[in-house]
Amino acid sequence: MNKGLILRNLCILRAGIPLIEVDHAIAAGEVLTVMGPSGVGKSTLLAYITGTLAPTFTGMGQVLLDGVDITTKPPHARRIGILFQDDLLFPHMSVGANLAFGMPPGGGKAARRAQVEDALGDVGLTGFADRDPATLSGGQKARVALVRMLLSNPCALLLDEAFSRLDADLRAQVRDLVFQTAKERALPVLMVTHDIEDAQAAGGAVIELESLSKG
Amino acid sequence: MLRFLPALTLLAMLGPVVAGLWGTALPAFGHLPAAGLAGPSLDPFRSLFGWAGLSAAVRLSVMTGLIATSVSLAIVVFITAGWSGTRSFSVLERMLSPLLSVPHAAAAFGLAFLIAPSGWVARLLSPALTGWDRPPDLLIVQDPLGLAMIAGLVVKEVPFLMLMTIAAMGQAQPRRSLLVAQALGYGRLTGWLKTVFPRVYTQIRLPVYVVIAYSMSIVDVAVILGPSTPPTLSVQIVKWMSDPDLSMRLTGAAAALLQLALVIGALGLWWCGERIVARLGHRWIMSGGRGKFDAPIRAFSLGLGSISAFAILFGLAGLAVWSFAAFWSFPNVLPDSFTLRTWGRHGPDAVATLGETFLVAGIAVLLALALVLGCLEAEHRSGRGLTRRGLWLLYLPLLVPQTAFLPGLQTLLLNLGADVGRLPVIFAHLVFVLPYVFLSLGDPWRSWDTRYATVASALGARPWKVFWQVRLPMLLRPILTAMAVGIAVSVGQYLATLLIGGGRVSTLTTEAVALASGGDRRAIGVYGLMQTLAALVPFTLALIIPTILWRNRRGLHE
Amino acid sequence: MKHLALIAALIAPTFALANPDPSDWDAVTAEANGQTVYWNAWGGSTTTNDFLAWVGDRVLEDYGVVLEHVKLTDTADAVTRVLSEKQAGEDDDGAIDMIWINGSNFAAMKDADLLFGPYAEQLPNWAVVDVEGKTVQTDFTVPVEGYESPWAMAQVVFVQNTATMPDALGSMDALLEWAKVNPGRFSYPQPPDFLGTTFLKQALVDILDDPSVLQTPATDENYNEVTAPLWAYLDALTPHLWRMGRAYPATGTAMFPLIADGELDLSISFSPGAASTAITNFELPDTVRTFVLDKGTIGNASFVAIPYNSGSAAGAMVVANFLMSPEAQARAQDPNILGYGTVLNMDALSTDERAAFDALELGIATLSPAELGSVQAEPHPSWMTRIADDWAERYGTGQ
Repeated sequence: MNKGLILRNLCILRAGIPLIEVDHAIAAGEVLTVMGPSGVGKSTLLAYITGTLAPTFTGMGQVLLDGVDITTKPPHARRIGILFQDDLLFPHMSVGANLAFGMPPGGGKAARRAQVEDALGDVGLTGFADRDPATLSGGQKARVALVRMLLSNPCALLLDEAFSRLDADLRAQVRDLVFQTAKERALPVLMVTHDIEDAQAAGGAVIELESLSKG
Repeated sequence: MLRFLPALTLLAMLGPVVAGLWGTALPAFGHLPAAGLAGPSLDPFRSLFGWAGLSAAVRLSVMTGLIATSVSLAIVVFITAGWSGTRSFSVLERMLSPLLSVPHAAAAFGLAFLIAPSGWVARLLSPALTGWDRPPDLLIVQDPLGLAMIAGLVVKEVPFLMLMTIAAMGQAQPRRSLLVAQALGYGRLTGWLKTVFPRVYTQIRLPVYVVIAYSMSIVDVAVILGPSTPPTLSVQIVKWMSDPDLSMRLTGAAAALLQLALVIGALGLWWCGERIVARLGHRWIMSGGRGKFDAPIRAFSLGLGSISAFAILFGLAGLAVWSFAAFWSFPNVLPDSFTLRTWGRHGPDAVATLGETFLVAGIAVLLALALVLGCLEAEHRSGRGLTRRGLWLLYLPLLVPQTAFLPGLQTLLLNLGADVGRLPVIFAHLVFVLPYVFLSLGDPWRSWDTRYATVASALGARPWKVFWQVRLPMLLRPILTAMAVGIAVSVGQYLATLLIGGGRVSTLTTEAVALASGGDRRAIGVYGLMQTLAALVPFTLALIIPTILWRNRRGLHE
Repeated sequence: MKHLALIAALIAPTFALANPDPSDWDAVTAEANGQTVYWNAWGGSTTTNDFLAWVGDRVLEDYGVVLEHVKLTDTADAVTRVLSEKQAGEDDDGAIDMIWINGSNFAAMKDADLLFGPYAEQLPNWAVVDVEGKTVQTDFTVPVEGYESPWAMAQVVFVQNTATMPDALGSMDALLEWAKVNPGRFSYPQPPDFLGTTFLKQALVDILDDPSVLQTPATDENYNEVTAPLWAYLDALTPHLWRMGRAYPATGTAMFPLIADGELDLSISFSPGAASTAITNFELPDTVRTFVLDKGTIGNASFVAIPYNSGSAAGAMVVANFLMSPEAQARAQDPNILGYGTVLNMDALSTDERAAFDALELGIATLSPAELGSVQAEPHPSWMTRIADDWAERYGTGQ
C-alpha cells in the first residue's frame, strides 16, 4: 500500500485543446510545488483533483490517494483538504461552528466542543470558539481555516495560492505552520503558487507549468 | 429529481401562457364547441373591426405603451448618466425598493388624487393663485389622449427600469470608462452616454420590452386613469369577456389576439428604433462632441425623476388623508375634521382580505422559491448556466400581454372543472411571480463565491448539506428580498385574480379596483393603503430579519 | 349529428320544477342549515356592502346559513359566469348561489334558462309583499313568474346641491335649459352603467308625449322614429355636460365626490334615500336635496335570483325570504343604513312591524312617499339594449 497522492497522466483540455499535463507522485509528508504564470490553469488542476472541474473542461488521467483511485468519487468523499488565498470561513457561523462543520459526525456535544477548543488552543486561539470570524485578524483567520481543514481528517492537502494574501512576516509564520503540520501528519501536499519563496520554503519538487494552448 | 426542476419550472411558467393563448385563439376564430359554435369563422374579427371605437382604442394602447416606455427610459438613462455616483443618486437609489413595491393600482389612485381638477395640487394653489373656488371643468384624469394614464405608468416604470439599470451597471464597470471619458474632456452625461450606455442598454433591453408589453396591456391603471370613451383595447377586452351576450366573448377573443399582434408590432417598432438610435448614436460618438447641454439635461432629468418619486409618495399621503377624512370639500387643503369612521367600517374587511392576499401570495412565492432555488442549484451542480434562449423564456410570460392569455386560460380551467377557489389563482400568480423571483435571485446566487462550496465539500459535506447549511444561510438576504419581490408582484396582480378567481378570491387589489367604480375616496384610501402596506412590509422584513439574525456576523453586512 | 344533440341538450330547459321545493318551507330551512351562499352583488357602494354583511350575520344567527358577498363591478360578470358554467357542464354546484339582479340581466338569464325556480311566490314573506302597489311581478315589462324575489324599490331622483343650484327642475327640457346656462355642472354615469342607461330612459320617457309605445318591444320599424327626439336632446345636452361629455363618471356613487367638491351641481340617483345616507357619511354636503320631475320618474324593484346550478338553493331561498322580512326591510329603508324603498305592503304588517317603519327618520334630503309622486313604468328591455348600443356608438367612442 503506497501512501501519498499520485497524479497519473493527468491532462486537462478545454474545448478539446490540452491545457495542462501533469504526471507525478507526491509521497506522504512531501510537498509538490506547481508554478506558472496566471491563467495557465493551475487552479483548474486543483479543481480536477477535488472533483469540482467546470464542465467547460475535460480531464483525463487518474488521481490515486493512498493507493485508492478517487478520480470518479464525488468531491465530499475524496478526503482532500484545500486552502485558498482567502480564508473562506463561513461568515454566518461562529469560529467554533466553522470547525465543527468539517469534523466527522459522532461524539457527544461536549466531546466535540472540547475537540474544537483543543484544536484552537493548538494554534494559539484559545477561547475563540464563539467569536464572529469577521472580527479576526488576517493571521487568525488563516489559522482557523487551517484548523478547520485539519479537523476534517483529510488524507492530502491542496494549497491554492494559500499565502498570497498575507503580508510578509505573517506569511512565513502561517506557511511554516502549514508545512510543519503536514509533515507531522504525513500528508502529501500539492501547492500552487506564483511566489518563488513559497516554493523554496516547501523544499520539495517544483513543476513549472507552461501554457500548452498558447504555443 | 433536481434534474427535472428546470423543466417543471418552465411548465409552471409557460404552460398557462401557451394554454391560455390556445384557449383564446379557438373562440377568436369562432370555435366554442361548448356553446354549440364550431369554427373556423372570421365573424369574431368582423364584429371586432365593426366596433366604432376600435381605431381609438388601438391608438390609445399603442401610444400609451410606447410613450410611457420612452419617457420612463429617458428619465432613467439621463438621471443615471448625469448623476450616478453622486449623493443625490444614492438618495434616489435608496427610495427605489419602496417605490417599486407600491402596487400599480395604489399609485394610480394616489396620482388621481393629486392631479384631478379637485386634487391636492389644485387645492394647494386655490383659490389664492388660480382664482378657483370650484374645481375647473378640465379633462385631466381620463383624458382621451391617455396622458394621465401615461403619467401613472411612468411613475411606476421609472423605479423598475432604474433598478434594472443599476443592476446592469454592476457588470459594465462604468466608473473606469467614465474616468477615461472625462479625462478626454467629455462632460459626465455625454461621457456616460457614449461609453457606458451601449453596454448597459444590452443588459436592460429585455426589461424595457417587458415595460412596453405591460404598459400596452395593463387593465387596472387604465380603468383608474385611462379614458372611457372608448377605453384602451385591454379594458375593452375585459368588458367583452364579461358581457352576458356570448358572441361578445368571441369578439373579445379576437381582440385579445389583436392585442397580442399589437404588442409584437410595437416590440418590432421599438427594435427598429433601437437600430436607428444606435446608428445616430454612433455618428454622435464619432463626431466627438463633448456635450454642451449636459448641465440643463442633468437638472431637468433629476427634476422629472424626483417629481415621479414624489408623485407616488404624496399620492400615498393623499390616500392616507382621505381614509381619515370627515367632510372635505374643494378648495380646502385638509378635511374639516378627521374621523376613524372609515377605518372602523372597512378596517375589519380589509384585514380579512389582507389575510387572503397574503395566503395566495405566500403559497405562490414559496412555490416559486422552491422551483427557482432548485433550478439554480441544478445549474450550479451541472455547471451549465442560463443560456440566452433560457433568459428569453424567462421573460416570455412578462412579454405576452395578460389580456391575450388570461381570458383563454379562464375558459380552459372552466372546462377542466378547476375553476373555483384559490388554487388556480395561486398557479396563475405563479406565472408572474416565478420570473421576477428568478431574476431577482439569479444574480446574487450566481455571484456567490463557489469556492465556499469547494471548501465545504472538501470538508466532507454532501451537496445538500452545502446547500442548506452554507449557501442558503449566506444568501438569506437576497432570498428574502426575492421573496418580497414575489409577494409584491402577487399582491399587485389584478387581472389574474379577477378572471381566474371568478370573483370568489378577492385580494386587496381586486377590492380596491372594484371600489374605483364607486368613487368612494375614503374607502379607496383604506384599500389603497392596505395594498401598499401588504407589498411594503415584506420588503421591510427582508431588511430587518437578516440584520437581527446576523447581528453578530459582520461578514454578512458589507 | 353529435353537435346537433349537444346543442339540443343545451337549449332544452334544465329544470321543470324547483328542487328543493320552496312550498315545503321546513324542508328548505332544514337543508339550508350549514350551507354557504355566495351572493354576487355589486360591491361599489360601502353602505350596501355593510347592509349585506348585516344580512349575513342575521341569517347565520337564525338559520345557520353562511352568506359570502362576492363583490362585483358589473352584474353582467355573474351572468357570464353562470353561462360559462353551463357551457362547461358545471350543472350541480356553480360558483354563484344568488345574484342581485334586474332588467336586461334578468331577461337574459330567464331567457337562457339559467335560473332556479319558480320560487319567489312560495316564500313565506311573499304574503306581506305589496303586489298591487309596487312593480314586483314584472321586471322591465318582463314577467317575473317567480324566478326572482324583490327586496328593494328604486325610483329616479335628481340630486342637487342647493348651495349652488337653488331651484329644482320640472322636466328634461328644463334640465337642458339649465345646463346651457350652467355648463359642466351636470353629468350621468357612462352607459352601459345601470344608472346611466336609466338616465337615458328617464329622458326618453319624459320627452315623449306618449311613452306607452315603450311598453311593447322595440321593432326595426318604430325604433328610429321613437328614439329620434332622444338623440336630438342628447346632441343638444352633451356639449354642456361635465367635461363636455368627453368623460363620464363610472357609476352613480362616483358622482357624490364630484358634488362634494363642487364640480357638479346636479346628478341623478336611483335610490331616494341615498343622498341623505351620503350626507351622514361625509360624502355629500348637507346642502344637498333631491327632487323628481313634474310628470314623475321611472321606478323599479331590485330583485335577487338563484342560478339553476346553485348547490345551495335552499340557503339562497332562506336569504331571499329574510330580505323580504319586515326586519330587513325596515333596516334597508333607514337612511342611516341604506335608504332603499320597501317592497312591503304596510297594511299587511302587524302594528309592531309597521311602527318600525313609522319610526324611521327619512333624512333631510329624502322625499316623502307623497313627494315622490307617481312612478313611471320601465320601458321594455329591448329599447334599452338598442339605446345603450347606439349611445356607445354615438358618444362612447366618439373621440
